[in-house]
Amino acid sequence: MSFIDRAARSVLLSELIQGMALTLRYMFRPKVTLNYPYEKGPLSPRFRGEHALRRYPNGEERCIACKLCEAICPAQAITIEAEPRADGSRRTSRYDIDMTKCIFCGFCEEACPVDAIVEGPNFEFATETREELMYDKQKLLENGERWETELSERLTADAPYR
Amino acid sequence: MAEFWEFWDAYLWPTLWIIIKIVVIVMPVLLGVAYLTYAERKVIGAMHLRKGPNVVGPFGLLQPIADGLKLFLKETVIPTGANRGVFIIAPCLTFILALIGWAVIPFSEGYVLADINVGVLYLFAVSSLGVYGILMAGWASNSKYAFLGGLRSAAQMVSYEVSMGFVIITVLLCVGSLNLTDIVMAQKTVWFVIPLLPMAVIFFVSTVAETNRHPFDLPEAEAELVSGFNVEYSAMTFALFFLGEYANMILMASMTTILFLGGWLPPFDIAPFNWIPGGIWFALKVAFVLFLFLWIRATFPRYRYDQLMRLGWKVFLPISLAAVAVVAGVLVAFDLAPVQG
Repeated sequence: MSFIDRAARSVLLSELIQGMALTLRYMFRPKVTLNYPYEKGPLSPRFRGEHALRRYPNGEERCIACKLCEAICPAQAITIEAEPRADGSRRTSRYDIDMTKCIFCGFCEEACPVDAIVEGPNFEFATETREELMYDKQKLLENGERWETELSERLTADAPYR
Repeated sequence: MAEFWEFWDAYLWPTLWIIIKIVVIVMPVLLGVAYLTYAERKVIGAMHLRKGPNVVGPFGLLQPIADGLKLFLKETVIPTGANRGVFIIAPCLTFILALIGWAVIPFSEGYVLADINVGVLYLFAVSSLGVYGILMAGWASNSKYAFLGGLRSAAQMVSYEVSMGFVIITVLLCVGSLNLTDIVMAQKTVWFVIPLLPMAVIFFVSTVAETNRHPFDLPEAEAELVSGFNVEYSAMTFALFFLGEYANMILMASMTTILFLGGWLPPFDIAPFNWIPGGIWFALKVAFVLFLFLWIRATFPRYRYDQLMRLGWKVFLPISLAAVAVVAGVLVAFDLAPVQG
């Protein structure tokens, strides 16, 4: 009996027809396409994108040149030089991130005791030349100014889980 | 002056008239090819829950033009090891063969370029010649992937042609003529897809294999043969292969329509249906068969090579051979044969 059953199934192409019915049903389902440059997906507050150096509300840089981020960076993408400023406080004179080396692991953000270096929500920073990806302190501080609203919100949202 | 008009009437005008007719047939076919690629991407996209091309023009309708322009502007690379002459001729041959088949296709009653009495044979011959383009491409590329792709394609097309031939014979037995217009007219009462359903299925599957489409696209299996026979081709030479493949698909869909789906005939010869002109019915049926091609591509995984050969030689060949005997027997036994004696 099972032989007849099997033969009938293969002659009547029942499995092929079942498969085709499935694809036909799927054809009329709502599409999941995201029209990327015009529509974007949600990002977690922990998303690790482009780096930024933050400032305190009074305008003072947060970074105290402890070099923990430089030490932990597994890709050795961060270079820091520090010296006392005119007012005697310790600050970085150089803070470079080689974005071509960076692996976006987020260790620098985690190592930072003052929430100075953070990875923001921006992932659309492609450039046309390699040189533009060698970020210096000025570029990082500019990023911090541009993204500060999002950055502080994300930090508050993620704070209960840290 | 009189001599010129004599010459004009006797030779120039008929030649010109035929050229005009060819252009009138070829332009819609090429446009159809362009929009078949668009339809393919849209249909398969929809079945994958994607949207498909939607950026170039409204609903992405200008996408095929952008793609064509891109291929046109690219450089044609000819490998140093290649046999230049054959390498260039191969895509041209594929493209030409995909187009000349249209000469005998009746789009509606009387709308046919060459109403020859061996229309089916001509179509069959043209589709068989299609393998040469691929074989030449595989050989001339002087590359092992292209060569293996060409070999597979040759074996595949030859295998499926045999069962296709037998299927066509069963249709011819029911019609009693090789003229494509006669074949369509013989389906006035009932389309052959109903009495000859198994044959129609075998024919359709064979056309899928014949045009190297999914799930029988072994010659261009990306996974093993990095796209097979056309791996060395670029720019316009590649575009000609591509156009040839899709023109062949449309040609095969028209052949299925003419042999089994009643060509330009409406499904019922009653009021709302026979108001619509035959050409539109023909186009609708061809579009339906082409949709089946795309639908199958979106549904099934690729056949393994030995399975492909098994299906061709051990399943389709015996069934279609038996069907020839059965159909002939039934026609004789019930005295239905259209040509007596």
